[in-house]
Amino acid sequence: MRLMNLRPQRPLAVLLALLPFIALLLLYMTASDARLAENPNDKLLPSMQSMVDAVQRLAFEEDRRSGEYIFWSDTAASLQRLLIGIGISASMALLAGVLLGTLPLARAVAGPVVAVVSMVPPLAILPILFIVFGLGELSKVVLIVIGTAPVMIRDMTQRVLDLPPEQAIKLQTLGGSSWHLMLRVVLPQVLPRLLSVIRLCLGSAWLFLIAAEAIAATEGLGYRIFLVRRYLSMDVILPYVLWITLLAWVMDLGLRKTSQLMFPWFHAGQERNA
Amino acid sequence: MSLIEVRQLWKRYGDTVVLEKLNLNVEAGEFCTLVGTSGCGKTTFLRMLLGDEQPSSGELLMDGKPMPREPGPERGIVFQRYSVFPHLSVLRNVMLGPELQQSRFLGRTWGAGRKAIREAAEHILTQVGLQHVLHKYPSELSGGMQQRLAIAQALIMKPRVLLLDEPFGALDPGIRADMHELVLRLWEENHLTVFMVTHDLKEGFSLGTRLLVFDKVRLDPQVPGAYGATITFDLPIGRRDTDTLSRVTRSVQATGQFLSEKTVKGAV
Repeated sequence: MRLMNLRPQRPLAVLLALLPFIALLLLYMTASDARLAENPNDKLLPSMQSMVDAVQRLAFEEDRRSGEYIFWSDTAASLQRLLIGIGISASMALLAGVLLGTLPLARAVAGPVVAVVSMVPPLAILPILFIVFGLGELSKVVLIVIGTAPVMIRDMTQRVLDLPPEQAIKLQTLGGSSWHLMLRVVLPQVLPRLLSVIRLCLGSAWLFLIAAEAIAATEGLGYRIFLVRRYLSMDVILPYVLWITLLAWVMDLGLRKTSQLMFPWFHAGQERNA
Repeated sequence: MSLIEVRQLWKRYGDTVVLEKLNLNVEAGEFCTLVGTSGCGKTTFLRMLLGDEQPSSGELLMDGKPMPREPGPERGIVFQRYSVFPHLSVLRNVMLGPELQQSRFLGRTWGAGRKAIREAAEHILTQVGLQHVLHKYPSELSGGMQQRLAIAQALIMKPRVLLLDEPFGALDPGIRADMHELVLRLWEENHLTVFMVTHDLKEGFSLGTRLLVFDKVRLDPQVPGAYGATITFDLPIGRRDTDTLSRVTRSVQATGQFLSEKTVKGAV
């Protein structure tokens, strides 16, 4: 049989998927052991035990100064910023995408502006945001919105334009208005597409969140990582990175499952490719 | 007064003439099939009837009044593909039209109004033979069933004119025969006026009351786009002997060959 026709079955597929993770873990543990054997005070590749200790200290013991569980308050702060930012971006993208994709007049007015604004490098205007919106929560959320919204708006507009033009004509022969087209034809069909656009933009949303927290914050996952960097605390940084990765992965998975559950008609033709 | 009147109609795209000097009267209740080779403007003509395209000059009248410049509920359409909404179930697809008519802001209905619409939709779906798949999505249906759904969706609006744009072009021959039977039956039962575009000359000959052949009378080898097509044969139901069929076939094929050669040369 040709290589391209070999498809792994269920138990083997799971094993194959786990293999690289196990390999990475083993590689890390060997390297860590080797370095620690040479110098027990080495900070670059901490042992599993010291990472567990660090997580134990941050997640399950009250901070002596603030009385908070630092790990969880960092997570809450970061997630709040991220979700508000993504929520605002997604709402803007849905609204603007439907309007721009449906109405040529709206596209004529706003299309070029969105195209130009989406080219502004968000991190370059981060100082402006700090000056205008202060160092509080607002500037971090605004950075996420500015970083993700224009791209999402362009993407959503394109996805509306990708709907077959026959549908708009058909709706008119059913006596529908422009408003009906948006409400009953375009909106329900782009909702699953919105979820996939959010999935694609989650990565850059995390990027902007961590960047903003690294520069000015008093709590948050990105803030903590950049704070303990001064002490070379890899035993804190590595679990934090893993935690962020896990959160991002769970969000991605959640969005995908939600989409499959809510919009079965959208995924009907895609099952083979999944 | 005829239902549809066409007087000295021309359609140009830039320098290319698609249709020229088109004259036609169609009475209510006729079943016209439009045939011709690709690039002879039969779909363009259908789109003008639909309101999606406008004539460059000349008149296109419905009930003696100029055709509205956008599609509307008095003209139903079935395309070859993409005629139904993939996010709505079969029943919802058919209910959509009446629902939009009754609810200007939400496009949805509740209670007794909804029940009446639902019953009407179920009735029409039974007519086209889809009563057993009311709650399936279009992606779960075969090509033929999707076209039946598209026809039901158009019929519930009780259109004065039903436009079919190569509706069976993507279907298997066996299913196509079933669909011919269905369309003829619906045309009789609902007193429709039908315009159907088809590639298939035989289909055009066997279906309907009137055959309109779109063809180019003049061909310019140097500038293939210089002259447009017009209606070269306008045959009522009686004139369907094999002799006429072969005459039409020869003429249409000659134009088709000419056009494809010119297009290939033009592309190089």
